[in-house]
Amino acid sequence: MKKLIITFFYLIIFSNSAIALVEVDITRGNLDPLPIAVSPMYVAPGSKDIKQNDKIIKNIGEEISKVIEMNFKRSGLFNPLKKDSFVQNPDIAHVKPRFEDWRLIKAQALVTGKVTISEDKLRAEFRLWDVVAAKEMIALAFSTTPDNWRRVAHIISDKIYERLTGETGYFDTRIIYVSETGEKTQRFKKLAIMDQDGANVKYLTLGNELVLTPRFSPRNQLVTYLSYFRNLPRVYLLDIETGVQEVVGDFAGMTFAPRFSPDGKKIIMSFAKDGNSEIYTMNLDTRVVEKITDHSSIDTSPSYSPDGKYICFNSDRSGLQQIYVMRSDGSNVKRITFGKGLYGTPVWSPRGDLIAFTKVHKGKFYIGVMRPDGSGERLLTENFYQEAPSWSPNGRVLIFYRETKSDAKGKGFSAKLWSIDLTGYNERLIETETDGSDPSWSSLLSK
Amino acid sequence: MSKSIFLSLTFHTLMIILTALTLPFMLRAPIDLPPILTIDLIQITDVTSIPFAAKATKTLEKIKKKEEERVVSKQAPPSEKKKEKPDRIPLPDDLNKEKKQIVKKKQNPEEVKEQIRQASEFEKKELFDPNQIAALIDKSKEDTAETLKKKKKLTQSSVETTFANALTLSQEDALKAQIFGCWSLPLGLPYQENLLVRIKLKLKPDGTVLRSEILDHARMNRPGQGFYKVLAESALRAIRICQPLRVPPTGYEKWKDLQLNFDANEMLKG
Repeated sequence: MKKLIITFFYLIIFSNSAIALVEVDITRGNLDPLPIAVSPMYVAPGSKDIKQNDKIIKNIGEEISKVIEMNFKRSGLFNPLKKDSFVQNPDIAHVKPRFEDWRLIKAQALVTGKVTISEDKLRAEFRLWDVVAAKEMIALAFSTTPDNWRRVAHIISDKIYERLTGETGYFDTRIIYVSETGEKTQRFKKLAIMDQDGANVKYLTLGNELVLTPRFSPRNQLVTYLSYFRNLPRVYLLDIETGVQEVVGDFAGMTFAPRFSPDGKKIIMSFAKDGNSEIYTMNLDTRVVEKITDHSSIDTSPSYSPDGKYICFNSDRSGLQQIYVMRSDGSNVKRITFGKGLYGTPVWSPRGDLIAFTKVHKGKFYIGVMRPDGSGERLLTENFYQEAPSWSPNGRVLIFYRETKSDAKGKGFSAKLWSIDLTGYNERLIETETDGSDPSWSSLLSK
Repeated sequence: MSKSIFLSLTFHTLMIILTALTLPFMLRAPIDLPPILTIDLIQITDVTSIPFAAKATKTLEKIKKKEEERVVSKQAPPSEKKKEKPDRIPLPDDLNKEKKQIVKKKQNPEEVKEQIRQASEFEKKELFDPNQIAALIDKSKEDTAETLKKKKKLTQSSVETTFANALTLSQEDALKAQIFGCWSLPLGLPYQENLLVRIKLKLKPDGTVLRSEILDHARMNRPGQGFYKVLAESALRAIRICQPLRVPPTGYEKWKDLQLNFDANEMLKG
């Protein structure tokens, strides 16, 4: 009884004073890109050199690591460390890195790998290491033909990007654009396709007809674009793999601003007749055409939401060009932009959370993003003339084109492709052989 | 008669003491209430021991609620079996590592994973021996006790986290400043998600980390939460880079168990 009472008292007195756990809130951190060391890949003894475009690539391991390094640098999320500072050689590093050596140069992640080329087959294996924790994060191997070595480098970049950021990569992708040559008043425009880093450029048309607004299908290797057919602008469909192209629909007027639906089964475009422009869709399987908008004003530049339930477009139904959102059947039209200036070329992000647009205000052109309800408008970049944003497949980077000022004769004119990420800080010129405009980003080639 | 008077007196006295002791406890104002405006000489630690930022408190409460719900749920725990990737290349050291792990398990049966232990018990049940009923009953008691223990543990931890810190403002600031410099925030995080990682640390007196544990570990393997794994890894990396942590030279007992709440929400959402 006595013991019970003592215990009872003890409990009452001390129940309130449980051992406190010290908690510290860390609400700030370092926003610098992650320092990563990309060690040159070790080439297995006996591996052959690679011949490409009459050039012999001697150290393929180093070339692959350079491509990976450049991808990371352009992303703005990583800081690839200089190779001169590496202490450990690739032949040892690919087996088991000495983490102390890599910690010395402040690397937090390390990429090592090995390439073997035998009997016209290239096998590349890589490992991603957490230098601080001294553990392996991911290890994969790929086999392909030696010509494909750049793609292997892009796929490896994607895998590392995914492991280190938690979102899918965008390096194993291609960009279709309009290649431009000649004077400003007499431009030759050809359809061109290249890897996202500007390599492997191929021209898809000869340049004898004007081409505009090429757009990739999000599902396959189909491209839709605008070209002239019997002096009328018409929407075309091109299969990149087979080279087969066809006119989409037989409209008694001009069709333009085409874009694919998210499932790749429909094309949405504008059709203009008698000074009025409306939005139409065409089912690519059944060829059934459907009218989506019906208004006396100009409705154009349609773009589907990734779930296919909504369409954003621009219209001057309020008197000035603004962006609107409606259901995919054309009902429930709502204006979402109310800011000063003109808004155009809306493109829905593949993630669905944002709409990219071009804004013109006081003679300046802006590329910006906003939420689908029109809130949270953010202008990412400002310039003399720039437009046509297109999203990377992970919805993190935008590609667009920018033109420079020129005199009356067109001197000083140039059109270049640029990219910018959602932070607005990582703006980069994409090097192309010729001038370029109207870029469109493909989905990931290796899904 | 005298016995009953004695008992009555004893219990009445007991009741009075109890009331005197418990009433102030019941009337004690919650931590969140504004301080009373009286001027008094107080210890600096009483002022500086602010539990955590308002934003983090809200997020924590939400998480705790979720945690409680998760404990009640009868769903099976997610499989701990590591996915084997077909393309994974085995390292020369991997085989040795595996061997070492097996030896470890034999030496320390306590370290055998819960799932493995359950599997072996299941096998035992299949080979049911009527002569061992007593032993089985004892075992079931042990199981119940263990479950109760676990529940108690959870309740205790939820109580603990509501208490104030044992570091002064300057000590906390020194620790924060040290970790700020070490934490490389992953830049691709989705800003609309909950970006709070709670890590519990067991520290040595010199500030080196003896053990670290991610409190919402299960979230790392949930679908669509890949970013959380990345965030948690970055936080762990920060702790490793920073150690030994800048801890006070005295009062080891107070801070030997330390919880760091890495909150990226504020930075990314602004």
